Amino acid sequence: MRLLLITLLALLVATVVGLGATWMTATRGTDLGTLTIGAWTARPKTGTSDVDPYSRATITRNGELPIGTGDGVAFTATTDDRKKPLDGRCDVVVSGVTPAARFWTLTLYDQKGHLVANTLQRYGFTSQEIVRGADGGFEIRVASRSRAGNWLPTGGIERYALMFRLYDTPVGVATRTQRDAPMPQIATVGCP
Amino acid sequence: MIRLLFTIIAGVLLGGVVHLVSVLALPRIATQDAYSRLTPLTKLNAVTQLPPADPSNTVMPFVDPAFAVAVCRYDLSGGPIKLAVPVSQAYTSVSFYTRNEVAYYAINDRSAGKKVIELDLMTEAQHNDLPEDEEITAADRLIIDSPTATGLIVLKALAPEPGLMPQAQASLAASSCAEPADQPAKQAEAPRGKR
Repeated sequence: MRLLLITLLALLVATVVGLGATWMTATRGTDLGTLTIGAWTARPKTGTSDVDPYSRATITRNGELPIGTGDGVAFTATTDDRKKPLDGRCDVVVSGVTPAARFWTLTLYDQKGHLVANTLQRYGFTSQEIVRGADGGFEIRVASRSRAGNWLPTGGIERYALMFRLYDTPVGVATRTQRDAPMPQIATVGCP
Repeated sequence: MIRLLFTIIAGVLLGGVVHLVSVLALPRIATQDAYSRLTPLTKLNAVTQLPPADPSNTVMPFVDPAFAVAVCRYDLSGGPIKLAVPVSQAYTSVSFYTRNEVAYYAINDRSAGKKVIELDLMTEAQHNDLPEDEEITAADRLIIDSPTATGLIVLKALAPEPGLMPQAQASLAASSCAEPADQPAKQAEAPRGKR
């Protein structure tokens, strides 16, 4: 009787620990094969055949299609450069330089990866439609209320994610540091 | 007391095994993966344009709204398929995914280097069965080996400005993904192949 109880307890602990760890890694992701530059994180290997098992689990669970290496690479940011979570009620400025690429796009998503509704139907910017300064630099204002210049509306949601995608780019599996891929800065400039 | 401690340690160790097995099994047992989500929306071995990305369209997460997207859901059990995608003005890419969403190949318009991206997709066995003479005539065609018999081909055309979206969609509408019409004849030839 006692042996049976102890076996059952061991199996219960095993189930809770095992499935709990799987759920954690599949929802939050792991640091395996990540490339972090400033506030931006990319997993270039998810676009190849040797994607790690944790990323595969996350991808199939979320129902997404990772961007292939021959196509481009995707960087995600959920915080600004000072690790403050991106808040849709604040003014956030994305500015600076971008890595070499034929095109890039910057898109705003809610936490489930869906686009955020707004009256302008503006969900992101491409490298071609952005208004640039005289020196070729750019500044995108991510805010809930209308702003001059490149305004990316947040719809006032509390938490959002920015995705920066580079297409036809040398940035990828071999990229290690900021010098190979100078990413734009993200700064929270004001909260109501 | 010692016995209880041992039980918990054994449980944690066993939990590690459960964790590894479940992570490896998840891609196979997931029912809401991209392939399953796209199955009701797409035709088999044909190009289907997806509706433009907008907040009410939540088929897949993290879709780039700057792109017109079309999907060819393929099944190679009936023979290889031929894919032809005319290049749009800005940027066009073709990505290949296995049944379990492993991105095993992707090519863009510049690396294809032609006005039309033309590819033959087949399984490894079908590639080995290709008659030798055919391989020579096929030298200027790109042959891709699919690791699984079924999967997804995603065609994307960039609209650099929202106003250019109709153009991007039009270029994808002209693309094709189908079994070659003379397929039965080729299959009859196959046994004379090099292996």
